[in-house]
Amino acid sequence: MTFGGIDPALLIASLMVASVPIMLAAIGELVVEKAGVLNLGVEGMMIIGAVCGLAAAVQSGSPVVGFAAAAAGGAALALIFAFLTQTLLANQVATGLALTLFGLGLSSLIGQGFVGVKPPQTERLTFGPLTDLPFLGKVLFHHDPIVYLSIAIIAAVWAVLKYTRTGLILRAVGENHDAAHALGYKVQRVRLLAILFGGAMAGLGGAYISLIRVPQWTDGITSGAGWIALAIVVFASWKPWRVLLGAYLFGGITVLQLNLQAAGARIPVEYLSMSPYLITILVLVIMSANRGRGAIGAPASLGRNFHASR
Amino acid sequence: MTRPVLLTVEGLTKAYPGVVANSDVSFSIGAGEVHALLGENGAGKSTLVKMIYGLVKPDAGTMTLRGAPYAPPKPGVARAQGVAMVFQHFSLFDALDVAENVALGMEHPPKMGALAERIRAVSLEYGLPLDPVRLVGDLSAGERQRVEIIRCLLQDPKLLIMDEPTSVLTPQEVDILFQTLRKLASEGTAILYISHKLEEIRSLCDAATILRRGRVVATCTPRDKTARDLAEMMVGTVLTPPARSEKPKGRVLLEVTRLSVRSPSAFGTALKDISFSVHRGEILGIAGVAGNGQDELLLALSGELRSPGGSVKIDGEDMGDRGPNDRRRAGLVAAPEERLGHAAAPDMSLTENALLSGAERRGLVSGGFIDWAGTRAFAEEVVAAYDVRTPGVGVAARALSGGNLQKFVVGRELSQDPAVVVVNQPTWGVDASAAAAIRQALIDRAMNGAAVVVISQDLDELLEIADRFAALNGGRLSAPRPTQGLTVDQIGLMMGGAHGMEVAHHGA
Repeated sequence: MTFGGIDPALLIASLMVASVPIMLAAIGELVVEKAGVLNLGVEGMMIIGAVCGLAAAVQSGSPVVGFAAAAAGGAALALIFAFLTQTLLANQVATGLALTLFGLGLSSLIGQGFVGVKPPQTERLTFGPLTDLPFLGKVLFHHDPIVYLSIAIIAAVWAVLKYTRTGLILRAVGENHDAAHALGYKVQRVRLLAILFGGAMAGLGGAYISLIRVPQWTDGITSGAGWIALAIVVFASWKPWRVLLGAYLFGGITVLQLNLQAAGARIPVEYLSMSPYLITILVLVIMSANRGRGAIGAPASLGRNFHASR
Repeated sequence: MTRPVLLTVEGLTKAYPGVVANSDVSFSIGAGEVHALLGENGAGKSTLVKMIYGLVKPDAGTMTLRGAPYAPPKPGVARAQGVAMVFQHFSLFDALDVAENVALGMEHPPKMGALAERIRAVSLEYGLPLDPVRLVGDLSAGERQRVEIIRCLLQDPKLLIMDEPTSVLTPQEVDILFQTLRKLASEGTAILYISHKLEEIRSLCDAATILRRGRVVATCTPRDKTARDLAEMMVGTVLTPPARSEKPKGRVLLEVTRLSVRSPSAFGTALKDISFSVHRGEILGIAGVAGNGQDELLLALSGELRSPGGSVKIDGEDMGDRGPNDRRRAGLVAAPEERLGHAAAPDMSLTENALLSGAERRGLVSGGFIDWAGTRAFAEEVVAAYDVRTPGVGVAARALSGGNLQKFVVGRELSQDPAVVVVNQPTWGVDASAAAAIRQALIDRAMNGAAVVVISQDLDELLEIADRFAALNGGRLSAPRPTQGLTVDQIGLMMGGAHGMEVAHHGA
């Protein structure tokens, strides 16, 4: 069963794979923004994760070690951001942009020795009879563990934000940091932890590209995935399950673009590659037209530095 | 009546760089006592209660709670020991619901469902009905305060600290609050009540400690003193009420007809069908609880919000669809509530700030070039005439204290020989003597032939200076009435009563 040379089962399966990096990075950034911090360094943290993951996996021969190193690398870069913005109260936008540029440069320095090296392969999971199901087996039950992990993380973030005290405190800090401080919550500590989580998730997402999607190293391998992740957070109006939706939508466009190219369609690729951003702009326009709800979506302290004055 | 002592404070001292907020402060408060902490802005009341609540650590001094040493390292510890606080600027989260807001203020909140039940029960018991599932952003100021109080009550406090709780309430809501506080006190809860509204303190409090510049200057029983005595103890000098002489009113200088505009902000209030006129030499006072359209009214009058032609006339000239500069040229000056960021650019010098609003009427710009000498002279003139305490006109607006900057901002507008003056909260956060000076300046301006509109939440201020009085409620303006002979009850009803709270203390 194919349409114009495209097999829908394969298309959906590869869509799920293609959306993993942006989904991981976006859910991490969602947590960061829910705590009231705008970290524009997602792209930089992703690519550091990509290069750390690849290097560690190649050296150790284990993809698991690679992913762990990627999370640590992303978090380490995020720690610089946290120190600058939370301790030294640097401007978040400028620091985030600098973080991206720094990450891009550092990654190509580290990556020099790894050009052309193939990382160890990550095995796909099989679920016995489930994997043998027609269509569904191919679509849902024949992926690498990170695909399932990313969805589990979305569910976990959703549950933590909605049902736990930790989540409530995180939202409170992002909503009104002065009030949270007055009630005795450690605004800076909560934000530091959120930033580290965001960095680790971005690192994981980056490593997924260098270890599974494009199993090798090239400079600038993330090619703007971090910016798409930032767009998805806004597109999702800061709601975890909509991040999943947004990642599938934007991931789907990427896959479709490749497939259409392969199938020889006449739509210029450039239109498809700009479409995620166009959609984000559109969503932003719609959200701000409907002011009340849009205002409730964005954390009220987003991007504002906190300093405990008297 | 003797009560067991609950909290004793001895020799508390706290210094910040350049200023001693509290110096050797001592007092004690008994169980079930309503104790007032009186003082002007900057007298150190807030710092003192923050130390009791564990938000700020004292440099020296000791506290004793129920006979045991008490030194809370953080608010959580204070709460665990039965000390709760209702903040002046609400410590609430707009995008969270009532139950979540309450849970954030508790150490060990029960499950959300159980908490919602308890909120319902406790809020009814104390006559402060609340729906736990509503978003706090949608609540009125009075309801928001109820959230704060319920948050404290759920923890069964022994000492409840209230920091200027009535500044955002209508008189009826104040009555309800006082009934709740008296009920709490009769159950043995001590209440530390911060305010500078003297009549309230006289009717509510058993004892008062008066602070001036961080020191205790007196303790007294407020019922035995007059409000005037208390004020003079606070300020340390004898106050003279603003003087004015009666003068016949002249022609209409500001006429507003059926003005309706939408609010520029998401949680703002739209103005609906507002009409009034102000005569030469007259002061119109506009009251209302915060968030009922005061900011929008100022914006619509100053020209920052445009309205349809014909709705705003300045000295007979139609200015409805004109911007601020055209209106300034026609003679209208405006001083908004927000000093830093709206009335003044925080990081620019006083000279530059003087230029920003004075350029038009004082002719400080010619051919695109700035007359800096003239501008500096204008700024210096304002500083001298309005007693602005500043090292010079070259310092940044941010560096001035709130009261001094307010004097500068109001003075800058009044020095432009205006035909119409519009001010919002002219004495908000200003100490009593500076407030008196600003009020006097407004009256003098009216005497000199300007039409003045004063928007304020301070009823005493409006009753003192306004010739006519109106109230904003939900974006609508009540019909202006002569101030003389108005009672507080009538004013409260004009302001919208107790916002559906009439049944709250049914049979209480």
